Amino acid sequence: MTTTTPALVGYDDAVARYDTVFGIEVHVELGTRTKMFDGAEVAFGGEPNTQVTPVSLGLPGALPVVNATAVEYAIRIGLALNCSIAESCRFARKNYFYPDVPKNFQTSQYDEPIAHDGWVDVELEDGSTFRVEIERAHMEEDAGKNTHVGGLTGRIHGAEYSLVDYNRAGIPLVEIVTRPVVGAGARAPEVARAYVQTLRDLFRTLGISEARMERGNVRADVNVSLRTSPDAPLGTRTETKNVNSFRSVERAVRYEVSRQAAVLDEGGTVVQETRHWHEDRGETSSGRVKSDAEDYRYFPEPDLVPVVPDPAWVESIRAALPELPAARRRRLQGEWGYADAEMRDVVNAGAVELIEATVAGGASPAAARKWWMGELARTAKQDGTELAELPITPAQIAALQGLVDAGRINDKLARQVLEGVLAGEGDPEAVLVARGLEIVSDDGPLLAAIDAALAAQPDVADKIRGGNLGPVGAIIGAVMKATRGQADAGRVRELVLERVAG
Amino acid sequence: MTSGAPADLTRRSAAQLAEALAAGEVSSVEVTQAHLDRIAAVEPAVHAFLHVSGEDALATAADVDARRARGEELHALAGVPIAVKDVVVTQGVPTTAGSRILEGWRPPYDATLVARIKAAGLPILGKTNMDEFAMGSSTEHSAYGDTHNPWDLDRIPGGSGGGSAAAVAAFEAPLAIGTDTGGSIRQPAAVTGTVGVKPTYGSVSRYGLIALASSLDQAGPCTRTVLDSALLHALVGGHDPLDSTSIPEPLPDVVGAARRGADGDLSGVRVGVVRELQGEGYQAGVLARFEESLTLLREAGAEVVEVSCPHFGYALEAYYLILPAEASSNLAKFDGMRFGLRVEPEDGPVTAERVMAATRGRGFGDEVKRRIILGTYALSAGYYDAYYGSAQKVRTLIQRDFAAAFAQADVLVSPTAPTTAFRLGEKLDDPLAMYLNDVATIPVNLAGVPGLSLPAGLSDDGLPVGFQVIAPAKADDRLYRVGAALEAALESRWGGPLLAQAPELEVQR
Repeated sequence: MTTTTPALVGYDDAVARYDTVFGIEVHVELGTRTKMFDGAEVAFGGEPNTQVTPVSLGLPGALPVVNATAVEYAIRIGLALNCSIAESCRFARKNYFYPDVPKNFQTSQYDEPIAHDGWVDVELEDGSTFRVEIERAHMEEDAGKNTHVGGLTGRIHGAEYSLVDYNRAGIPLVEIVTRPVVGAGARAPEVARAYVQTLRDLFRTLGISEARMERGNVRADVNVSLRTSPDAPLGTRTETKNVNSFRSVERAVRYEVSRQAAVLDEGGTVVQETRHWHEDRGETSSGRVKSDAEDYRYFPEPDLVPVVPDPAWVESIRAALPELPAARRRRLQGEWGYADAEMRDVVNAGAVELIEATVAGGASPAAARKWWMGELARTAKQDGTELAELPITPAQIAALQGLVDAGRINDKLARQVLEGVLAGEGDPEAVLVARGLEIVSDDGPLLAAIDAALAAQPDVADKIRGGNLGPVGAIIGAVMKATRGQADAGRVRELVLERVAG
Repeated sequence: MTSGAPADLTRRSAAQLAEALAAGEVSSVEVTQAHLDRIAAVEPAVHAFLHVSGEDALATAADVDARRARGEELHALAGVPIAVKDVVVTQGVPTTAGSRILEGWRPPYDATLVARIKAAGLPILGKTNMDEFAMGSSTEHSAYGDTHNPWDLDRIPGGSGGGSAAAVAAFEAPLAIGTDTGGSIRQPAAVTGTVGVKPTYGSVSRYGLIALASSLDQAGPCTRTVLDSALLHALVGGHDPLDSTSIPEPLPDVVGAARRGADGDLSGVRVGVVRELQGEGYQAGVLARFEESLTLLREAGAEVVEVSCPHFGYALEAYYLILPAEASSNLAKFDGMRFGLRVEPEDGPVTAERVMAATRGRGFGDEVKRRIILGTYALSAGYYDAYYGSAQKVRTLIQRDFAAAFAQADVLVSPTAPTTAFRLGEKLDDPLAMYLNDVATIPVNLAGVPGLSLPAGLSDDGLPVGFQVIAPAKADDRLYRVGAALEAALESRWGGPLLAQAPELEVQR
């Protein structure tokens, strides 16, 4: 296996001469209470080999039983992806020997997926949409997790021994396979990323998975091939396995385009193989060559009867589907009165849910957008984090805006309150009190400050008494300074005029 | 039969023991101890058991006796001891399926049928010998030695469930559990002069049976009388949510059918003789006993007709593609990684793949390896359609043959096996000859229909001959009605059970 970094062609150069075709297989772990084929509980982070039964350990004599909730979740996914739902479908055995597969076969769907022939529209950053066609969505079980101990790389090569945790073995998965995505051209990496992001949002909306990429709830395998023109037949593809963040999906496609272009430029041929993704280096490396891939000896799983979803049940699932993300975004834009560009920015910033919750808390859509896309977006950028990760809640933003609307603070003070909330000083009300930021509305202290200011600037006072209102601002400024900005400037003006007239 | 010395207890049927227990005439501890004594006496000659659970059995017996003394309502078979084929998982009790690869494995759970047996209070005497992973027709493929036919210790007890059949025939147990994938209950019953039933596929839970071929395997009773089989069938059968292929509706009244059949009246019952399951390859003595039984059925009022099942001629070939294909996958889990035998390679690196290979190389016997290789080949890319796919089509044709035959007859009949028990070692080097033993039983498994074998007398060689009754799926009650009627007619001719004619075993004292 070579470890030298291959020659790369600059991305723009590559896409100028080659047409990119990609396909993505997304695996999502379903958030069911129990596993795909047995009653073992599914929970993240349990002690190794505690969430197991004879079935998920593959003990002799144990038999699988299909989890009905997993079937329902798979149907939800299929319907949300505009797929046809199979009237009858079967599981099959995919036979291969590996210690993390307790039965030495994976129970999966092969030629009879539960959902097939669908599509999903993917929204890109510029607001345009791209339709990705779905070939199939099928049910299967996850494998256990191997930990290779004693090697330098954490990979099996060079390891002294390996430990297997079967807690994950048998967790239900749905694998969603696209048809080859053509026509994305230079935007292929962006479309690929947006597609996975769209699915992730969909999974959450459907309530079928927590869909946390960092926990491996959603995993993507990325297929890429190049051809000389959109009219040419498809080129040889590579499959980059386990690309597990949105950014990595984009980078992996980009990298493969550059790498394959270099191979083709030199007159070489792309090898059909699986490749590993290296997050740290942003590169792929050669894995298993497909030509010596195993023969999985698929055959229908004789321990299970066919899954035959009652059409009435499927329709009831369809009727109960929640509003899907794209439709929801359109509805919210209408309700909030945002311009297209404003809405796009909100979506790209991941602020839809935050603004929705802020509005629900009582803030106007305009104010909510102003906070999240203004001050908070700047803070997030500064801290290198996401809006949703900031230590402030939509309810707190709504409360903050409430203080402004009630005239208890002005915008300038509100930013100080916000700073306090972000610093962990408590809710806006508490910060306001603790920092003593409330606008001074009691006339007593204001009159004292006004008198002091007039006395300090007798010439100005005389001009005002003479009917020249121009220099009032100088007195107001002095009063604001004396009250550390906590005075209502309008009220101060009124009081100054009363004082002078009196 | 008179009650008396405890030794007589082993000669009684399960139904008789159940009555005596219910009447307080004997205790379960006495009955269980009598069988344990018999096991100790004849096992050196027969070797039906791989493991005897004497203490556990007596503890269960004592518990049942105590509950009976307290007046608790008990299952009809409570306190009647039973033996279980070693392919059935029993919690904490060694379970090997006759293979080295599972030597020393003590399962952490019970098969559903074992759980039902325990809940009903039947003392489990132990685990019976079998061909490794139920692959064979003679029990000679056991990794733990041959079982000997109580009728002639130099002969095979049939297989794969030779241990269960021999245990029942040698009066070591009144009841035993077998499993039948291609005849492994019925053929041993035939060659040992006992009764064995393969229920409708899906009527007894497979949860906890170490799978051979999932689409064919079915557990069932091994007994000395038709009524006892019905009683055991009713106990272990019925829906189990842990087995997806389990039939949801309740079992037919098999016990009632057996009792009714014993009255001997078969008026209005149409009996179909399968033309393809006789003639060439069948011993003359086997065919003679078969014809005599047909006469008795006619005398009982049955109408005997001939039916044709033209595709049965392909059954053996289809079976030996489907079974190895499923077995090659089912047996993949035996790899030394999680349970059972683990063998490290003698030289070279110790990788998971090499440990798996070494474990399977040492742990599996030749017949198991032969079938794994056959099955792996049959499922390979490029061969699937020609082999596994074609075999499934044959299976459909055989199911249609049955459907057509059952339009003409209520039950079908044939000899259970083409010959009586052959000598140990006689066919060990000729797999095809061994496979031919199951030519009459295999179509039943391929179609998922139920089949029963009962003794029809002795052939010219003085060895038992089996008579097979086959019913449509979910009509297992018909087996018992016809079987019990024929049993009654035969026994009145013989003046008692056929097993009374078996030679006395030399008993170790």
